[in-house]
Amino acid sequence: MSAPSTTGHEAGHGHHHNPEDRLALLKQIWMFSTDHKVIGIQFLCTTLLMLMVGGALALGVRWQLAFPWENMPIFGNLFAGEGGQISPEYYTMLFTMHASVMIFLVIIPVLAGAFGNFLIPLMIGADDMAFPILNALSYWFIWPTIICFGISFTCAGGGPGNGWTSYPVLSALPQAAPGSEEAQFWWLIAVTFAGVSSMMGSINYMTTIINMRAPGMTLFRMPLTIWGMFITAILQAFALPVLTAAGFMLVSDRMLGTCFFIPSGLVVNNADPTVGGGQPLLWQHLFWFYSHPAVYIMLLPAMGMVSDMLSATCRKPIFGYKPMVYSLAAIAGLGFIVWGHHMFTSGMNPALGMTFMISTVMIALPSAVKVFNWIGTIWGGRPEFNTVFLNCVAFISMFIVGGLSGIFMAAVPVDIYIHDTYFIVAHFHYVLFGATLFGVFGGIHYWYPKMFGRRMSEGWGKLHFTLTFIGFNGTFFPMHLLGVAGMPRRYADPYLHPYLEHLLPLNQFMTICACLMGCAQFILIANFVLSWFYGEKAGKNPWLANGLEWVAPSPPGHGNFEVVPTVYRGPYEYSSPDRDEDYWPQTEPPVRKSPAPQPATEPAEASHDASAQS
Amino acid sequence: MKWFWCLFFAFWPILAIAVCAVAPAYGWWFPSAAASPLGQRIDDLFYMILIITTITFVGTQAGLAYVLFTGARRTDPDVDQKAWFSHGSHQLEVIWSVVPAFVLLFIALYQLDVWADYRVKDMFPREKMSQLLEDKLHQKRTKHDSLALAEVTARQFEWRIRYPGFDEDGNLLPLMPDPQPTDLYTVNDLHLPVRVPVMINLKSQDVQHSFFLPELRVKQDAVPGLVIPVWFEAKSQQSYALLCAELCGWGHYKMKAQFVAESDEAFLEYLRELQRQQFFDGVAEAAESAEDDE
Ligand code: HEM
Ligand SMILES: [Cu+2]
Ligand SMILES: [Cu+2]
Repeated sequence: MSAPSTTGHEAGHGHHHNPEDRLALLKQIWMFSTDHKVIGIQFLCTTLLMLMVGGALALGVRWQLAFPWENMPIFGNLFAGEGGQISPEYYTMLFTMHASVMIFLVIIPVLAGAFGNFLIPLMIGADDMAFPILNALSYWFIWPTIICFGISFTCAGGGPGNGWTSYPVLSALPQAAPGSEEAQFWWLIAVTFAGVSSMMGSINYMTTIINMRAPGMTLFRMPLTIWGMFITAILQAFALPVLTAAGFMLVSDRMLGTCFFIPSGLVVNNADPTVGGGQPLLWQHLFWFYSHPAVYIMLLPAMGMVSDMLSATCRKPIFGYKPMVYSLAAIAGLGFIVWGHHMFTSGMNPALGMTFMISTVMIALPSAVKVFNWIGTIWGGRPEFNTVFLNCVAFISMFIVGGLSGIFMAAVPVDIYIHDTYFIVAHFHYVLFGATLFGVFGGIHYWYPKMFGRRMSEGWGKLHFTLTFIGFNGTFFPMHLLGVAGMPRRYADPYLHPYLEHLLPLNQFMTICACLMGCAQFILIANFVLSWFYGEKAGKNPWLANGLEWVAPSPPGHGNFEVVPTVYRGPYEYSSPDRDEDYWPQTEPPVRKSPAPQPATEPAEASHDASAQS
Repeated sequence: MKWFWCLFFAFWPILAIAVCAVAPAYGWWFPSAAASPLGQRIDDLFYMILIITTITFVGTQAGLAYVLFTGARRTDPDVDQKAWFSHGSHQLEVIWSVVPAFVLLFIALYQLDVWADYRVKDMFPREKMSQLLEDKLHQKRTKHDSLALAEVTARQFEWRIRYPGFDEDGNLLPLMPDPQPTDLYTVNDLHLPVRVPVMINLKSQDVQHSFFLPELRVKQDAVPGLVIPVWFEAKSQQSYALLCAELCGWGHYKMKAQFVAESDEAFLEYLRELQRQQFFDGVAEAAESAEDDE
């Protein structure tokens, strides 16, 4: 049913067939295209743009922490008025919108949206997604999110200011803070649209991966990227409805007075006492029931991509493919029963705290297994120290830090002290930026030739990597120390408290590093854009890699493959002693060198399974 | 170039550890030694985890550096060797799953006590708290009266504190769930006895806040609609920082208050002084000072 003959497609879509037009996909990003590759690139360009927006907001936060109440250059005049001084409510908006943009418009859509769309059909040998129109809608639905976030900036009160976690009662009562007025409503609507977009993607990915694999592509021959995307899609399908429902409950608390989250008798900002009957902790349970799985939604695809890139750059099979798959699944499974670790100090039943503590400590186990297997993958390999590889190594190295800091916080008594301090901020930046974003940077360099038929510049890529790595660690490593020193997060002016005064110089150092890192991203953008025109031309398989995507032209035409690929083996057969080349594409029929070929690699049988499955 | 990158990845963990090692000297570490026995146990747990994670950190980063160096060596021009064609090792998988599993399980079980002592109501040091109330503060109480000495209500952006007052004979009354005419009030200034477990009831009047005593390693959210008992024990007679750790609006950062730990007598005297001020009617001063003279 999948992968019909490409000739039919090419005939129907004459405008793509010029193989020399390397920017064929790029040229369509202005259109409502249903081609998964175009949609992937649309997502990629949009998220890169949003990365810059989110970064600018973060620099605003850093400015205030380094030079409290001083006039902020550039952005201050743009937004803050009054000569650019950041007011406390403006500060709450800055960190709220920084996190919201980064999570809902960068990390989630860049992984599932950009790479998921571009790679899934190519890597499993399908001609497109199962539901192309739904797929296109999933991209276009992030524009309402962007627009609603945009509207919320311009509302009276000046942007939502309740953090990305938006805990009620603060977020439920408009009178509670300037940032809880209308802006909070638009924030909730924006997040709902982001959820709709993710959900459409999720259904599509699950269906496509289950039904549309090429002949021979058994489940355990799928690249780990696909496993990561598949498990992420499942997480989204099960977790997102809860957030959407919670969001609507909060909206109706605000607009209809339903009081799901509002207890009675609260006197907020001298308004009349609330009528109530609700429970604010309910929101925390619902929110984290989504948002803990969501942090893995923001990681698992990157884990898969890094596995693929490492194997290809080291010319070596993945170490422990099945343990890698099982640990992905274990992380996802455990990920559903750890949400309470965000609520250790919330006053929920202490017995619940213990349960969540044990599951949280245990989730470090599959994470550790993955780290060991990545190191095992490099072990004995012949790595080429290119930009892709460097970013992948950074991914591992940074993920180790994030995983280990997780153990401190998983220990409930320790979390009592470090909860809501900068230690938490350090932790999640090491996993979300240090791991995921470095994985994404690697992925951009790695799959760029497939998208645009040219390579990105190695020199600029390495410079970007080096500056980002140094800036990143300079900004975020000291946050662990700030956390241990007891500096709470979300403080517009921590230095009001004498025991934090001496942390100012360290914060200034961190802000300088953050600016360095911010500037470095312009290198990435420039490299990304200029390589469209000046990059070294790349053929089908510039990395001599095994995956199906490297069989298709660069960029692939509509329908992806010139002939329907048949898969004979897993994607990681690098450096087999049976071959002269050090790679072995998944589509290459086996040469019978050894007298007894493995039954699993028999093409006939393999295509049998696949047709049985589809 | 490849050797540069190997060194690059080997170097940063060393730098990170060096920074941590010098951090206490610059004050980038705990604000002070834990000022409460439970806080001390939290710190001990922190240091235990720090040791385990540091070993893991060094081990994994060293492993990473090792595979980078040996990998780079393989690409030298004089080495003509394919990569190792290995799909993994069952034995290694078992080892590196089982060993961390035991370490993690140990961490999980080892900390349960501290958590239980801190939060499980049946484990609260009730004996000591009622001794304090009855023997030291001479509170007129029955068994059912609250063990809490004060009610702390967070609101945007301050801490309101309610103490029980005194009866006509000058005996300290128990803290009632609802405000009483005899109650005493302050804002942002919490006084409690030192070197003995004390308990407060934590509430919020508007949005969520969090009661944070960094030096004592105490943190508890104040959740609208809930009354949450929190106990702690200050080791020394001094004033500690009290601040809010849960975003509660634009003024979150300025919910600055103090917690003063003082002797039982000083605490009672503090309450009496509060009472004098609060019930001062503007004319009684003369009479009162006459009383004092007697
Ligand atoms: C090794 C496994 C991990 C453990 C044991 C762990 C544990 C925790 C705990 C206990 C918290 C709550 C801390 C607090 O608020 O007091 C937390 C927060 C967080 N974690 Fe992890 N974590 C792990 C891995 C990850 C990964 C892989 C990601 C994302 C890719 C992640 C993202 C986050 C985020 C975003 C938060 C903070 C959310 C917020 O409060 O704004 N964590 N983690
Ligand atoms: Cu979590
Ligand atoms: Cu607060």
